[in-house]
Amino acid sequence: MTSEKPPVRSDRSPWNWLLLLPIAVPLLPFLYNADEPRLLGFPLFYWLQLAFILLGVVSTTLVYRMTR
Amino acid sequence: MSEHIVEIVIFTALFVLVSAMGFVAARWRRPADLASLNEWGLGGRNFGSWITWFLVGGDLYTAYTFVAVPALLFGAGATGFFAVPYTVIVYPLVFLVLIRLWSVSHVHSLVTPADFVRVRFGSPTLALLVAITGIVATMPYIALQLVGIEAVLTTMGVQGAGFLSDLPLIIAFVILAAYTYQSGLRAPALIAFVKDVLIYIVILVAVIYIPARLGGWDVIFGRAQEKFAASPAPGDGILLNAGNQLNYITLALGSALALFLYPHSITGVLAAKNRNVIKRNMSALPAYSLLLGLIALLGYMAIAAGVKPSVGENGKPLTNTVVPNLFDAVFPDWFAGVAFAAVGIGALVPAAIMSIAAANLFTRNIYREYLNKDATDAQEANVSKITSLVVKVGAVLFILLIDPQFSIDLQLIGGVIILQTLPSVAIGLFTRWFHKAGLIAGWVAGMGTGMVLLYNISNPAIDHAHFGGSAFPLEKLGLDTKMTIYAGFLAIIVNLVVAVLGTWLARALKVPDGPDGTRPDHYTADEGDPRIKDLDLSGST
Repeated sequence: MTSEKPPVRSDRSPWNWLLLLPIAVPLLPFLYNADEPRLLGFPLFYWLQLAFILLGVVSTTLVYRMTR
Repeated sequence: MSEHIVEIVIFTALFVLVSAMGFVAARWRRPADLASLNEWGLGGRNFGSWITWFLVGGDLYTAYTFVAVPALLFGAGATGFFAVPYTVIVYPLVFLVLIRLWSVSHVHSLVTPADFVRVRFGSPTLALLVAITGIVATMPYIALQLVGIEAVLTTMGVQGAGFLSDLPLIIAFVILAAYTYQSGLRAPALIAFVKDVLIYIVILVAVIYIPARLGGWDVIFGRAQEKFAASPAPGDGILLNAGNQLNYITLALGSALALFLYPHSITGVLAAKNRNVIKRNMSALPAYSLLLGLIALLGYMAIAAGVKPSVGENGKPLTNTVVPNLFDAVFPDWFAGVAFAAVGIGALVPAAIMSIAAANLFTRNIYREYLNKDATDAQEANVSKITSLVVKVGAVLFILLIDPQFSIDLQLIGGVIILQTLPSVAIGLFTRWFHKAGLIAGWVAGMGTGMVLLYNISNPAIDHAHFGGSAFPLEKLGLDTKMTIYAGFLAIIVNLVVAVLGTWLARALKVPDGPDGTRPDHYTADEGDPRIKDLDLSGST
């Protein structure tokens, strides 16, 4: 073989475990299935699940930055 | 009709603008030659972070989603909000999966998920099953985009009996078919900019302006609560109850697992330039989830505003017209026109990508595999272009000739069946442990289970004794409970168990397995790394 081999890469990283957090948390209804406390008139059920979007963004961004 | 004239003019003007962009798209980022699937079907595999964000966002969050999800909240309340956890968990879930899919597709010049299965498991049969599953799951989804446009047209008063009333819909789809034929994936990629900008503006205005008009979010949630308290249905309310929590989370998880198995999602991902574009988008796409969450709440705003859905030709309420009717009721005419255009154009982007994805599946995994083994790039592109036309004609006929409810039912089934490709496509990206015979057996078992479960779900609200939804009551399995579970979730469990047992059995009986055409380093390759064609060349010198 005269052609040079591409460098060996790996997707393995301990940071990847962080991805489990935003997968698991939204699947636990006891955390958010309630009316109180309300935020700006939103029942907990709605504002907390919308807040989980932020959790997802922070987790995936961190994993991307740390494994780049 | 005259009271809607301003809306219709603005809707038409924006529609014409976007159509012109669709045709111009063929010249955008102009390649030397459009006559290959790499160019026509994947936009040259060269889209950066921004274009991918608009394209995949426009692809996944469809017009139908934007009218159907709020309609769910309008009708049943909290259960419809599953769309939010669904679109939160999907990105971390597929983060590591999609970059491997992108890499192996880059190295082997793969275009469809079935292409991957073909090279990974060396089984044309398994690849064919994956391709057919993809086509069958996608077809009703394209038809549903028309339901989105139709909901808007109906609200603007463009309805009635006969051919003339269907004409706007037909014209819209003929134009769409023409520019997709000409420009391929570049057309929806370019249109997606306009669509998404319009949608973001409309929704931002809606969530600020409408609550202010109605007296605040307290009032909106309060009136929704009153409506559900007064209704006799047991499962509704602004919170979940003991019976539907399991369904809520299994539906969110099952839908998340299914989303990136859809061929059109994969088309959007494979058009990305490199792995970092995909990784960045996993953090950026949730912006659309926030948008979807706010759109979902339009259902409650409609309740609070006292909006009623339009009534169809058969005298039944068309629940999907709730959001357009809300816009019509609260916005000034000109802005309602902008909002309707956002929904209408929102249907064109996914419809174009879906028809391209379905056409690619046919071309690569049926035409090339069984009809013309030595197809050239140009022949492939040609077959795909023509198939994309056929697919769209089929979708239009489907909506015009058959009750749209049938498309909705089929799309529901589509989610369950596309999930059955999870073991071969998604798990196959990580391990070659499964035997092709085990995977085929698992697919058959999962499909069978899914169909039986869906058949046994009734829904009196839409007069369905069978195929009435995806929430399967566990008491039908003899369990003493009121809980329901997502049918697709049970089906994929059966699929996996059978695939494992089948693999053991096939190994024990020494059934020959297919060859694996991939190497471990193919799954981590990135932009600039050699493709198989290049490797062949360098090997021969």
